[in-house]
Amino acid sequence: MYDAVIIGGGVTGCMIARELSRYDIKVILLEKEEDVACGTSKANSAVIHAGFDAKPGTWKAKMNVRGNVLFPGICDELDVPYINNGSLVVAVEDGEIKILEKLLNQGRVNGVPGLEIIGHDELMKMEPNLNTKVKAALYAPTAGIVCPYEFTIALAENAAINGVEFRFNSPVIEIAAEDGGFIVKTPHDFVKTRFVINAAGLFSDEISKMAGAEEYTITPRKGEYLIFDKKFGSLIKKVIFPTPSEISKGILVCPTVDGNIFIGPNSNDIRDKTDVGVTREGIEEIIEGGKKLVPELPLSGVITSFAGLRAVSNTNDFIIEASRKVKGFVNVGGIQSPGFTSAPAIAETVIEILKEEGMDLREKPGFVPTRPRKYRFREMDNLTRQKLIEENPAFGHVICRCETVTEAEIVDAIRRPLGAKSLDGIKRRTRAGMGRCQGGFCSSRVLSILARELKIDPLQVTKCGPGSEILKGGYKEFIAEKDMDEYLNTVEVESLSWKGGATNAL
Amino acid sequence: MLYKDLVIIGGGPAGLAAALEAAEQGVKDVMIVERDSGLGGILQQCIHNGFGLHVFKEELTGPEYAQRFIDRLDNAGIEVLLDTMVIEITPDKRIFAVNSEKGVLEIQAKAVILAMGCRERTRGALNIPGFRPAGIFTAGTAQRYVNIEGYMPGKEVVILGSGDIGLIMARRFTLEGARVKCVLEIMPYSNGLTRNVVQCLEDYGIPLRLSHTVIDIHGKKRVEGVTVAKVDENLKPILSTAEFISCDTLLLSVGLIPENELTKMTGADFDANTQGPMVNQRMETSCEGIFACGNVLHVHDLVDFVTMEAKFAARGAAQYLKEKDGPCRKMSVIAGEGLRYVLPHAVGVEKMLDEKQNFFMRSIKPMKKARLSIQSENGTIKTRMLSYVKPSEMINIELNKSEISKAAGHLKFILQEEGASDER
Repeated sequence: MYDAVIIGGGVTGCMIARELSRYDIKVILLEKEEDVACGTSKANSAVIHAGFDAKPGTWKAKMNVRGNVLFPGICDELDVPYINNGSLVVAVEDGEIKILEKLLNQGRVNGVPGLEIIGHDELMKMEPNLNTKVKAALYAPTAGIVCPYEFTIALAENAAINGVEFRFNSPVIEIAAEDGGFIVKTPHDFVKTRFVINAAGLFSDEISKMAGAEEYTITPRKGEYLIFDKKFGSLIKKVIFPTPSEISKGILVCPTVDGNIFIGPNSNDIRDKTDVGVTREGIEEIIEGGKKLVPELPLSGVITSFAGLRAVSNTNDFIIEASRKVKGFVNVGGIQSPGFTSAPAIAETVIEILKEEGMDLREKPGFVPTRPRKYRFREMDNLTRQKLIEENPAFGHVICRCETVTEAEIVDAIRRPLGAKSLDGIKRRTRAGMGRCQGGFCSSRVLSILARELKIDPLQVTKCGPGSEILKGGYKEFIAEKDMDEYLNTVEVESLSWKGGATNAL
Repeated sequence: MLYKDLVIIGGGPAGLAAALEAAEQGVKDVMIVERDSGLGGILQQCIHNGFGLHVFKEELTGPEYAQRFIDRLDNAGIEVLLDTMVIEITPDKRIFAVNSEKGVLEIQAKAVILAMGCRERTRGALNIPGFRPAGIFTAGTAQRYVNIEGYMPGKEVVILGSGDIGLIMARRFTLEGARVKCVLEIMPYSNGLTRNVVQCLEDYGIPLRLSHTVIDIHGKKRVEGVTVAKVDENLKPILSTAEFISCDTLLLSVGLIPENELTKMTGADFDANTQGPMVNQRMETSCEGIFACGNVLHVHDLVDFVTMEAKFAARGAAQYLKEKDGPCRKMSVIAGEGLRYVLPHAVGVEKMLDEKQNFFMRSIKPMKKARLSIQSENGTIKTRMLSYVKPSEMINIELNKSEISKAAGHLKFILQEEGASDER
């Protein structure tokens, strides 16, 4: 019997898992994909928002401002790179300055520190590559950037170290009430639990309905992105937003903690919760949007594109509450932007809710706030590199050229708590394959290391879990199959002609 | 710290030929630094034949071609560091590299030859819309899986781009039992060598669909198909021609990009068209004593030309090491009308290595018959008629020292289609 089941291994679920792992209870997290951070948490703007966007009094406003305060400390504890680079909301038209003033006031009401509106000249000094037509900008010094999947993985690793169980490839298909608790079923398993925390992202509405709890709807809102080669990383330093619209913060130009820049996202409501395809129109739209802020975008330097889905609830606010209909069921739904920034505050709130709902939460001794040290060869000085290679020669074997990722780092990614099981898992943990050649050189080498370390056949290695195997067969394998087909076809033709002959004879 | 006369970065065809030629020219202390576990570079996975027609007058496979050079290294006394990745190079020719055995190596070279080759353009560079499932490979990655690892990355294949590696992989996949449904090319002409279009597609009945591209990729976990469409003169897809083709694999053969991340650290000047450094008559970059050759300089279609160019760079480096350089009158070389680029980018007549200088160039479009003329401020130096010019097949012309000496100001190369409307 578990005390709590968390459904969903995104940033919300993993943050809650990490916070619950401080207490003396039995917790399991169920995730439908083969890894954490496989949905909304891997494909978003990775911005730690300051907190001026949301209407005062909403969950979004409260969670964002509090989350922003908590973020740097958690990153520090878990060795996750975090850059406090600040953000600018840029007004290009005169009319937009009014909106900046509105945002400034809203931000002050929300409790965002340090906000100010700066004029054209100072703005151009801060960001010389901005559109020279910019009139003014709202500067928020507390905004920052982080790598969203690295953060989520770090939370999950830390939760796992502190005793939370993780079960992957486990979509929840049924939730039944039993003995004041629940039986939560997956296609190949079930768990008994007293509490269920629904952090299922885009699917949280379906999970809530499955449990007989409050009904709400989640609409997927697609956002598309383009990422540029690191050599253009110095184009801008801060998070650059346009003046926002009613439904979206707009298409931004933004650096990443790893030294790239990206443009995006656009914002389109769609129907299919699994449609993360990039569209031609979408790419055109974000290029146009990006150029409005930074006209000289190096479009030939795009290395990849991707799309992510925001989980938008019908209340347009986060849903963070214990069900009034089903005792022991907690909904954490509609966590769209600024959901990533809000995750730490949402987890705090969920803990409070669980206490109110009668969960016995006693802090356990021996909680480990950190995770095993992570080595980032590309960021080290040569002396450190030398020492590491002496200790472990695999640090001297560079596998990914573009991002300078060594064999030792790839092996570590596999052996860590909740280690990588696929090429994408390696990519998100080490950046191997994320550089300018997008895995052209290293993917076959990473595949071999995965097969070796996991003791599986290379044919079983996947990109992102079952069904995404990289290789289709062995050398000459299809020839045999084709010859067999040909043989069978011949036999069939012959028997037909024989039958024909027989008919004629009759 | 190690001290070397000449360090060559990259042990592929360019690096190998450069090392051997440098030794032949009397350079004593030559070292090749190679990141892979063996020499030969990408040739090792090119098991098809057709290499060496110019250099050896016979048809060799890639590994055979490479082996001809590798076999001579020991006798030439050339030092080779394998599994060693260069991570930094400074303008004063100090090289930092890592390997498992020695850790971080610091090498001070008197001269450096850059021979790092190129990489393939990816889907991201083309902005192909759709999902991001397994089953999308660059042609070279697929070639490695099939030819080196012994695995088939796909069974039903659509190939985008008619570059040479794509064409060769169409044949390879067919021979290994996979079905290649078609090769799509966005341009109205193929981007590969004519001989590869004939020998790899036509001989196997694989359709080549010109003026076509992929406009969508389907399949969430693994590729399930692609939507293709015809493109108009501006290369924009004509949506009414969209057509679904089922496949489990999309192969991309959409161009190569010189790998110049290290070159950039030297501060050398770049040519936006070749995406490689600018070089003079002896393949020396604007960073003195640092030379470049092979695909890192500009992408070649034939390895034979890589070998010739590498030898030239090695002779340049040998000359540089022998005599400290005085100033040299340099004439700039300009790619004019009809040409994408011309190499070298500058010629210093007094320091030419031979009586003749080779110039390499690519046309911007195919032409049935074309006039190549070389002009300077005081008139035309030379003209030559060429038949069947294609962007994918490099043009190569020699000028005598005397011809270059006659020129004033610059050398401008112009390629005009004959029979096309006269614009003057």
